[in-house]
Amino acid sequence: MSALSALRTAPGRDGPTRLRIGVVKYASCDGCQLSILDLEDELVGIAERFEIVEWPEASSLRSAGPYDVLLVEGSVSTPDQAREIVELRRQARLLVTIGACATTGGIQALRNGADHDAWRAAVYAHPEYVDSLASVVPIAELVPVDAELHGCPINPAILRETLVALSIGRRPQVRDEAVCAECKRRGTVCILVSTGEPCLGPVTRAGCGAICPAFGRGCYGCFGPKEHANAEELAAWFEAAGRAPADVGRLFAGFTANAEPFRSIVAGRRALAPADPPSGSGRRARRRATRRPPTPRSRP
Amino acid sequence: MTTAARPPATDERTYRTTYLSRVEGEGSLTLRVQGGDVVEARLGIFEAPRYFERLVVGRTPDEVIDIVARICGICPIAYQMSAVHAFESGLGIVVDPAIRRLRRLLYAGEWIQSHALHIYLLHAPDFLGYPSALAMAADHRDVVARGLAIKKLGNELIAMLGGRSVHPVSVRVGGFSKVPRPADLAGIRRELDRAVEQAVETVDWVAGLPTPELDRAMLFVALRHPDEYPYSDGRIVSSDGLDLPPSGWPEAFAEEHVEGSNALHARTRDGRAYLLGPAARITLDAPTLHPLAAEALARTGLADAIGTNVHRSIVARAVELLHALAEARDLIDGYRAPAAPRVAWTPGPGRCAWATEAPRGLLFHDYTLDERGRVATATIVPPTSQNQAAIEQDLATFAPAVLELPHAEATRRLEMLIRAYDPCISCATHFLDLRIDRTEG
Repeated sequence: MSALSALRTAPGRDGPTRLRIGVVKYASCDGCQLSILDLEDELVGIAERFEIVEWPEASSLRSAGPYDVLLVEGSVSTPDQAREIVELRRQARLLVTIGACATTGGIQALRNGADHDAWRAAVYAHPEYVDSLASVVPIAELVPVDAELHGCPINPAILRETLVALSIGRRPQVRDEAVCAECKRRGTVCILVSTGEPCLGPVTRAGCGAICPAFGRGCYGCFGPKEHANAEELAAWFEAAGRAPADVGRLFAGFTANAEPFRSIVAGRRALAPADPPSGSGRRARRRATRRPPTPRSRP
Repeated sequence: MTTAARPPATDERTYRTTYLSRVEGEGSLTLRVQGGDVVEARLGIFEAPRYFERLVVGRTPDEVIDIVARICGICPIAYQMSAVHAFESGLGIVVDPAIRRLRRLLYAGEWIQSHALHIYLLHAPDFLGYPSALAMAADHRDVVARGLAIKKLGNELIAMLGGRSVHPVSVRVGGFSKVPRPADLAGIRRELDRAVEQAVETVDWVAGLPTPELDRAMLFVALRHPDEYPYSDGRIVSSDGLDLPPSGWPEAFAEEHVEGSNALHARTRDGRAYLLGPAARITLDAPTLHPLAAEALARTGLADAIGTNVHRSIVARAVELLHALAEARDLIDGYRAPAAPRVAWTPGPGRCAWATEAPRGLLFHDYTLDERGRVATATIVPPTSQNQAAIEQDLATFAPAVLELPHAEATRRLEMLIRAYDPCISCATHFLDLRIDRTEG
């Protein structure tokens, strides 16, 4: 595996040189890089153990590379971003994507397959100014990715484990199982069985700690489909219990809806139809298109 | 500026930062000066559009609460709160008073983590001349540790009530999917005594930081409530006498799709810039601060300076941090679990509009629901797009004070000014589009 071989030759594994880390973002909410800052107890130690050379959210020191490890948040949705990630990949020995946007496209990927021009016109008074790709794409569709941290947002504990593993050159230990396993370990009564409420836990990758069932609601799949998940069967089961296909499709039309097999379930059930923007939307009337007002002059 | 000191009219200088650091999201700064006059002052937004107002169309109110949180990883609860209050007000749903207090506690948790993040990790390094808080920690380890401890407690409070600190999962129309037992809050309650002390220390510390001068008048806008410091309830008021219900934002303000920057700015209907956030709230709502926060503010002697010098917003933020911690402690002490986590409600049509106070200021949501109770249209106006015109106005006002400095230092001071507003560009970008000017300067 490329990640492991790269780690074995990464500088700093046994020596005094610290790994050079970069953190960058594309279309996203910043919540996954915030998860790094949410490692409050370890943050100062992380800064000592790693050389953070690029992380504009947290530091004014900047570096265009090279990086030993580049953490990438967000999905690519403009032509400039698509060009930039290719260059950043060249600068990075290891590229790790963090979060649902980077790994699957994120919630904004719900526009994929819709009429992009109509969407632009629905949101902007001047759609001709908007420079965005017709599709939102996860990082791995554009460049090779060495490791992916899932979730909307990622779990800071998994990020910590990954950083520790990288710093000593071993493979991160991340469980590969469904959310159901976390519910069982946590002792949470099964939402599906006890209430009949739909829950995506059986087909969703573990990692969050099964918080939605613990808080009395079904899993909404924000860590994405588990490998080999039989999501179609789960969807059919929800329908057999009396739910309308579009309602079932909408359950999967969340933060990882662009990842298969969720994407096919959403598309097959026309969960978000009609895809056309509402007619007579009030917003464009309220959002007056004006010329830029004169820039204020400095006071003499 | 005297005529003698005035550079020739042909002298043109540009101060530009193509990627602002220590702000949330992707923005740029451009200041162009010709012969000593500022001819362009711009906070550019080049973060990619995410089309949130279209993404929520066709979704149910509870789905919208989950989706709009993703506009911002720093203030997801603000988005959940503006949305849930909009839907409940539009559909005539009345929640248990205990639910209302729990939501205040949840919102306090967000203010605590967001304000501690900005004060200690994003803003303070500017005052002390460090590129980051991590670099600052080498010389000021105890200070950074104090900030991180407060921030961690805010995050723990959110996680206790909502499962996790970023994008919590428990807020539902009518209440919560699950509410805590009083015993669940005991651990956090124990930590709050120390955190309140640390917040008092924070106020005193930021009040003593070496601060650039600025003296300007500004129109402030915030919610005001007769009995409590505003989070999710109150009327929209301004420093020049505006008084509207929280659904009335469009009566007084409008967004403009501006050519050149392609950014949407909000202004008053008569075209004026205005400022939201901690400085606005302290200026308009000081009488409802928690007594501990009011006392700390009085001790700084900076209540007036907060209104005239945006660099003092760090003091306003620290006073609010103390308020949120002290009120959280009171809320936990008085906590009784509601009879049920949420009240039952029936989906239906209606206009659902509300504004709450995000850490960065007034956040307005306006939805129409169709006959099935699904979103037909949505308008979301985040604080940063409302502050943008005021930020640019202040840039032009502040610039002459730094033009004599070396170029790099002047640029650093201008960046520092922008960070004082705690701009959240990820928020603004759900409709602000594109890049403006990425040419190298």
